[in-house]
Amino acid sequence: MRTLSVLALLAAGLVVSAAAGILIGAVAIGPGDVLAALFGSNDVNGTIIRELRLPRVLGAALVGGSLATAGALLQGLLRNPLADPFVTGTSAGATLAAVAAIVLGLAAPLVPLAAFAGALVTVTLVWRLARLGGGTTVLTVLLAGVVLTSFAGAVVTFLLVSSDRLALQLRAVLGWLQGGVSVISWPELGVAAIVVALGLGFALVLAHRVDAYAFGEETAATLGVDPDRTTTAVLGATALLSGAAVALAGLVGFVGLVIPHALRFVIGATHRRLVPASFLAGAAALVLADLGSRTLIAPAELPVGAITGLIGAPFFLALLVRSRRIVV
Amino acid sequence: MTTLAATAVTAAYRERVVLRECSFAMGSGEIVAVVGPNGAGKSTLLRVLAGLLRPTAGTVALDGQDLATLSRSQVARRVAVVPQIFDTLFPFTVREVVALGRTARLGSFGRASADDVVAVARAIDELDLAPLASRRVDRLSGGERQRAVLAMALAQEANVLLLDEPTVHLDPGHQLATLVLLRDLATRRQLAVCAVLHDLNLASAFGSRIVVMAEGQVIRDGAPLEVIHADLVTAVFGDGLEVVERDGHPAVLPRIASPR
Repeated sequence: MRTLSVLALLAAGLVVSAAAGILIGAVAIGPGDVLAALFGSNDVNGTIIRELRLPRVLGAALVGGSLATAGALLQGLLRNPLADPFVTGTSAGATLAAVAAIVLGLAAPLVPLAAFAGALVTVTLVWRLARLGGGTTVLTVLLAGVVLTSFAGAVVTFLLVSSDRLALQLRAVLGWLQGGVSVISWPELGVAAIVVALGLGFALVLAHRVDAYAFGEETAATLGVDPDRTTTAVLGATALLSGAAVALAGLVGFVGLVIPHALRFVIGATHRRLVPASFLAGAAALVLADLGSRTLIAPAELPVGAITGLIGAPFFLALLVRSRRIVV
Repeated sequence: MTTLAATAVTAAYRERVVLRECSFAMGSGEIVAVVGPNGAGKSTLLRVLAGLLRPTAGTVALDGQDLATLSRSQVARRVAVVPQIFDTLFPFTVREVVALGRTARLGSFGRASADDVVAVARAIDELDLAPLASRRVDRLSGGERQRAVLAMALAQEANVLLLDEPTVHLDPGHQLATLVLLRDLATRRQLAVCAVLHDLNLASAFGSRIVVMAEGQVIRDGAPLEVIHADLVTAVFGDGLEVVERDGHPAVLPRIASPR
């Protein structure tokens, strides 16, 4: 019962955040005009609301929800509260693949698929490396993340500088890389929504099996989970979610780290509750962060990744200090 | 009546062969204590019996069925393993940890049936965990946490219970309590229990059978008084230990050389 009320509360929070995201912006539009614009008035307001604010809010919600869900899955699988798509380098791998797809001139709908493939390769690599570490995976995962992120960053820089196609739109690509949801088109949103729905569906089905990893992979096996199949499926779901998020918004850090961690204090560690709660809370949080990014220093705009980094990095450090007993 | 039997099993980690044509069998109501020096292959035998390590030769059979042909969830309904790691950084409650024992039986999306709820409540009850059921497992003492994972294994309602050094992090009082509990459970639930133990005295006191392993093989298998003898203890563990008999159980004591 308590779970349902928490989920309802989070859903309500998401609706309120989304409403705020649509109502507030650089151009002041009254609530009545916003409603009219949503339902098809053909003036400037209609364009601003339907083509700019609405896709932007929906995009932020998808990105935040995906990252938080992927974070919850990764933390459970790796038994590591410091894991998320950004910290493990999964997002960087997805970025590299997405940039490579753009350089190769692939059609726009293929970019999320490339990002998914990049995320899958990277997260599998991280999983393998964590396994080498034996019982304590926390440091291994962080180090692997650092290495993979800087490697992917180096290749992305190389691609950006050497590609004629990208040099022309360097500013746009750089903005995307830093984590921005400012220019999202409806077709992009549609493809991403499908990928996210798939990933979230898998996450919900797998959630109770992720619980069994609480005492390690071998105990998960003795509890009746097929470790190879489940691990592959969880990594796949993580990659779908991270890939979609990166395709939409580039590198947005720490949402996947902070949201599941904060939620565990409220609803406990069971992934059956944590996964849906993370999606809702992550979505609401990123919609608000995006609202902050375009109003804090208006009329200028920050990339939303800057906001999440500003809040998330100190949180990460605090967590690192608190969990030092398992880090060594 | 359940039986779990390994026949001429050879098992290895990469190139390193740990079990060499090792044979071993156990049945309901027995508490088998596996003892032996470090590196004898005790833990590996347990992992092979749990189906976690595939033998390179030989077979493991659960009630006559080859373990290799059963899925993980089929095995989990019949063989429970008490984990050695019972640390978690996540705030699972004791009840949630015990409920993990039902993983193999849950419906889709992890829905619990009435049977699941009853099994969890019974395991919590049997290990006196009711007062702790809503507490966070990461905030319990080592002994309490261990009881929680033992309850998790019981909630599996398996017929076979495997434990690798269940007393290793416990003080003597808790060691004794754990083994008394295991003996009661084995009798009450008619479990086949196999525990790797380092302490020969605890093994003698609680094992209905003692299995001595050395160099990847079972070298002795029988009732404590038949197995734990001075020559065997010297042969397996080296000089410096003596065996005395007390109340029908053998006891192994260090022979302390007087300073010259």
